[in-house]
Order: sequence, then structure tokens, then C-alpha cells
Amino acid sequence: MTQTLTRYERYEADFHALDTAGRPQWLQDLRQTAWTRFLDLGFPTARRGNEKWKYTNAAPIARMEFGHDGRSRPNGLSAETTDAAIPRHDAWSQLVFVDGVFAEALSSRPESTDEVRVSSLEEAVLSNSETVESHLARHTPFEDDGFAALNTAFLRDGAFVHVAAGADVETPIHLVFLSTGNAAPTVSYPRALIVAENGSRATVIESYAGLNGGRYFSNSVSEMVIGEGAEVEHYRLQEESEAAFHVGSARVVLGEGGAYSSGAFSRGAALGRYDLSVLLDGPGSACRLSGLYVTSGTQHLDNNINIEHAKPYTTSRLNYKGILDGRSRAVFGGTVLVRKEAQKTDASQSDKNLVLSPYAEVDSKPALFIYADDVKCGHGATAGNIDEETVFYMRSRGMDVDTASRLLIHGFASETVDTVREPNLRAYLESQFLDTLPGRRLEF
Amino acid sequence: MLLEIRDLHVSVGETDILKGLNLTVNPGEVHAIMGPNGSGKSTLANVIAGRPEFTVVRGEVSYQGRDLMALLPEERAREGVFMAFQYPAELAGVRTWQFLKASVDAVRKHRGMKELSIREFDRLLDEKRRMVRIDADMVKRSVNEGYSGGEKKRNEVLQMAMLDPTLAVLDETDSGLDIDALRIVADGVNSFRSPSKAIVMVTHYQRILGYVSPDRVHVLLDGRIVRSGGRELALELEEKGYDWVRAEAA
Repeated sequence: MTQTLTRYERYEADFHALDTAGRPQWLQDLRQTAWTRFLDLGFPTARRGNEKWKYTNAAPIARMEFGHDGRSRPNGLSAETTDAAIPRHDAWSQLVFVDGVFAEALSSRPESTDEVRVSSLEEAVLSNSETVESHLARHTPFEDDGFAALNTAFLRDGAFVHVAAGADVETPIHLVFLSTGNAAPTVSYPRALIVAENGSRATVIESYAGLNGGRYFSNSVSEMVIGEGAEVEHYRLQEESEAAFHVGSARVVLGEGGAYSSGAFSRGAALGRYDLSVLLDGPGSACRLSGLYVTSGTQHLDNNINIEHAKPYTTSRLNYKGILDGRSRAVFGGTVLVRKEAQKTDASQSDKNLVLSPYAEVDSKPALFIYADDVKCGHGATAGNIDEETVFYMRSRGMDVDTASRLLIHGFASETVDTVREPNLRAYLESQFLDTLPGRRLEF
Repeated sequence: MLLEIRDLHVSVGETDILKGLNLTVNPGEVHAIMGPNGSGKSTLANVIAGRPEFTVVRGEVSYQGRDLMALLPEERAREGVFMAFQYPAELAGVRTWQFLKASVDAVRKHRGMKELSIREFDRLLDEKRRMVRIDADMVKRSVNEGYSGGEKKRNEVLQMAMLDPTLAVLDETDSGLDIDALRIVADGVNSFRSPSKAIVMVTHYQRILGYVSPDRVHVLLDGRIVRSGGRELALELEEKGYDWVRAEAA
């Protein structure tokens, strides 16, 4: 208990030290509320009944002391350094954040127009954006999520994307969150707010990566508001450093006829968790969620997805895949909730795992909670090694076991990469992600 | 002599399946192995290809004068042994194009031939796939995934044509095909015939023998070849069934 108090003291000192002079009162109040909530909630534990954290132990994060400097600036970082860690394309708009703070010099953002505004949250807050005030932290229920509460308590900067009604933004907007990971463990609180007004279209890519091998904690929250008939494509790459802790969440709310598609690719961090919550809050709204997690060594990656069908004629498609090697562990929790009102819901979820090592383990728990009676819902989860019959088929065509395994693992993963519609990102994933998958020498 | 099998005994787990099988195949010949379900036909094909779960208890299989059983499945393929699968595996996410390129590369490398450029490979693939009427889109799809039964069998014949083996073993490649698909498959097999190559067709029905004329027909019963003859033996079996051979063999 004493230890716990000491730990929070560090957060408390940093909380009070955060320079928020000149910020509007609503933001100060929000931060204070979130801080108070964090003190009540603390970090989640895998206690009985806490299904969301049943298979992931957050204690290593809770135990460690992380320093925080909300004013740190990216000294000595050049585009060359940062580009090595992330996908990039000259055509993309790019906002780079280093330890949670906007790095203008590393960014290439478009001029704000009537159609789209891409800026740092700090700028948006200081210019008294009504959109920010009406949406920021309104969609993230930090009341029951210690990590989200902590992020909100430290809310100072982040990314803000506002797509005007009817605007079709063809250029993908890339939000890059880099952690420097220095000698002493540090924490940063990446934050993003994306508002796509009615009838608009946009593509947003989030990348999380570390620049040095040091231990750090990246605690992120993204909020996405998708208006009536609006469409957002969202890609998320978690490529944190090997020793890093990453706990991120995204909350997505859709209006009538809105469409959200997501591709979440995770392979970084010693301990990684991604919470994706989608609220289908308008009739006819739809989401398509794809994901790929690749673990090796002693990594632990957890994907926790919650889809809530709140209105009729809503559709959700969830397809996640995992490739596990070494002594790693992966967790997939997928919950689909269909409210009583949400008749004609069409929902399916699937999680497939390729477990390459006998020491690796996956806990896959898809679940359906249905309160409406006229719905079409299905779910399934599989886990297994490469099929021996399949390998024999390939060997009988002259391939050795290594080549056969590599093709099969690559094929398994490429089904998810193929869902990526942004061609430049797909090319990056094909060359950087697929070609570095673990190989496997199978014993026969 | 291309293939010589002498006194072959094979088991799976505790079950004996082949019980002293003898077979000699010379270059240029087409052999048909016929027999009722459970007689060991598929086992014979799979043992030649090197399926791991079969145990050779006794006997010899020599291919081009070498001990075939000492080779890994991939080594057999590179040495020119090919089996068309009765139930080909589906390879999620592995495109047929990619699969064939990896196979052809492996086989050519072993045979001391230079690797085909993408262009050369595409030209070869276009030629061969037209023969078995597989369209260009199909080779971009995952291997056998979502293929109809007939498409899978044609894809097996395509692989045979691409790998250019010396000994082709067809495991019930004719079963489940409609008449058009059967013709396409038979044409593919016939175009493969040459004085230096041999074909062993494992089949349940004599139907395909109307399109691919065998030099020798063998009846496999309870793990042994109990009768061999020419083309006319297949017709006799069609007429009288296997009971007649069984009675004579007893």
C-alpha cells in the first residue's frame, strides 16, 4: 500500500507541475476531474470479475516510476531519425509528436482550409475551438478506465483533425507519436481528436514508435466522431520499442449511415494493450475492424475490442489475426453488445491465431451479448500451428519446410494487409511488416 | 526401369495397408491402378510422394535406380516425382502464382537450371494454364481456396505441367469431375506423355481410361496387386466388378 502511494506521488507531482497556464477553465476542470477519478480507480488489476484485465497484468506498469516532462521538445531530432521508425509518404499530411508534444519541425501539415483542419490540440484549445470543447473527452468514459483517466488528467497537447461536412479529404493524415525512451523511464500521453462531420470522408493513420531502446510508457487515447453518412478509414501501427509499455485506446462514435473501417497492426512493446470501442449510435452505421498482432520473445499483446450496436440496421465485421512465437502471449477480447433497440443488427467476429511455438499462448475470448431478437450474429476463434498436411502438400512441390512455412505465415498475415486500402501504407506493410515475420522451422 | 517396387509393406499406426506390393514402371508407360475403396490405392500414391504418416515396414522402392524412401518429400519432387492430390490443401493467403514460382524455383535450382525471370515464368505459366483452361485471375487467388472440385483438379494438372516431372502419380484425379472437366484433365495428362516419362493413375473408375489409354492395368486388392493386364482388363472390371478378381485371387 505504501508503495502505491509513493508511486502516485510521482504522478501527482507531475500532474501539478504540468504548465497549463492560459488554458480555458473547462479544460482545467476536465483534467482535475480525471485526476480525481484516476486516484479512485488506480491501475487495473486482474482481480476476480475484472474480465477486461483478466489475462493482462498491468502491475509492471503500476510498479514502475516514470518521469514526465510535458514541455520536452525534440532536441536534435531530424526527419531522418524519425522516418526510420515509421511509415511515411510525401503525399501524406503528417503531424509528429515527440513524447506527446507536437513537433512542428518534423511535421508537414496541410494549410487549414474550409474543408479540413489539421493542428495540434494545444493550438486548437488556445484558439477556443468550439469543436474541441464539445467533443474532447466527451466520448471516452474515463470513469471506469484508469489509464484513460490518467491520460486525460495529463491532457495538454495532441492531434486535432476536423473534417468539414461534405468534405472528401483524399490525402491521408498521419499522426505520429514517438517516444524518445531515454535512460530513465518516462511516460507520455498521446492524444488525438478526430471529428468527421456529416457526409465527409477521411483517412487517418496513427503510428506509435520508439526512437531509442529505453523503457518508456506510452498511454494514448484517441477519440473519433463520425457524423451522419461520414466515412473514416483508420489505421493504427503499434511499433513501440522492445522494452516499452503501451496502453492505448480509441473510442469511435458513429452517426446515422456512418462508416468506420480500422486496421490495427501491432508488433511492438514488451507489454501492449489496445482498447478499441465502437459505438454504432446511428441507424445503418457500420464498422469493419481488421487487426494483426505479431508477438515473439516474452512479449505480451492484448487487443480488447468492444462494439456496441445501439441502433437498428447496424453492421459490424471484426477480423483479427495473431502470429505468436517464442514464449509470447497474446490476448484477444472481443465483445459485441446488441441493444434491445438495435433490431436487424448484423455482426460477425473472428479471431484466428497461428501459434508457432509450443511455449506461446493465446487467450481468445469473443463474446456476444444480444438483447434484440431480430439479429444476425456470429463469432469464432481458432488457434493452431501450421497445418502439417498443408506443409506436406508444399513439400511435394519441391519446397523445403522453411520455404513452405514462410509462405504460409506470410499468406496468413497478408490476408489482413490486403484489407488496407491506402496503397502507400499497404506497400509499407508488405515490405516492412510481412517480410519480417517470424520464420519457423517445423519438426516433422 | 523408372520405378520398381518390390514386396512393399506399409502401415499407418497399427494398421497394415500395403502387404507385399510389386510394381514395375518403365519410361514412356502409363499404368492404371484400380481397386475398390480401402484396397490401398491412395496409400501407394502417397508413399511414393513421401507422406510422413506412412511407415514403410518392409520392401524397396527404387526410382531411377535410387532408394526413393531415403529421400525427403521435397527431394523426391525435385528429382522428378509428382503426385496429384486427391484432396489438395487450401493455402489461405498464398497466391497460386507465388506458390508455383516457389515450386518451380526450387525444382529448377536442384536440377542445375537457372532461375526463371518473372517474365519467363509468366510466359510459361500462361502457356500451361491455357492448356488446362485456368484463367489469369485464378492464379492471382489463394491456392485452392474457394476453388470448385474441378478447378482443384485442373490446378493439380497445372502444377504437374509447370514442374515437368519424370514420374507423375495421379491420385483419383478423375473423381468428382464432370465430363468437360474430365476431358480437360485428360488432355493435360495426354500432352504430358512422352517416351521419357511415366504416369501412374490411381483410379476407381475406368471412365478416364477412355481418354488416357493405359499400357498396363493393375488390380489392387487388400494391399497387393492381384492381377495385371492390358487395357481390356479395365473393361472386364467395369463389366464384372471386383468380386470376380477377388474370387480368382483367393
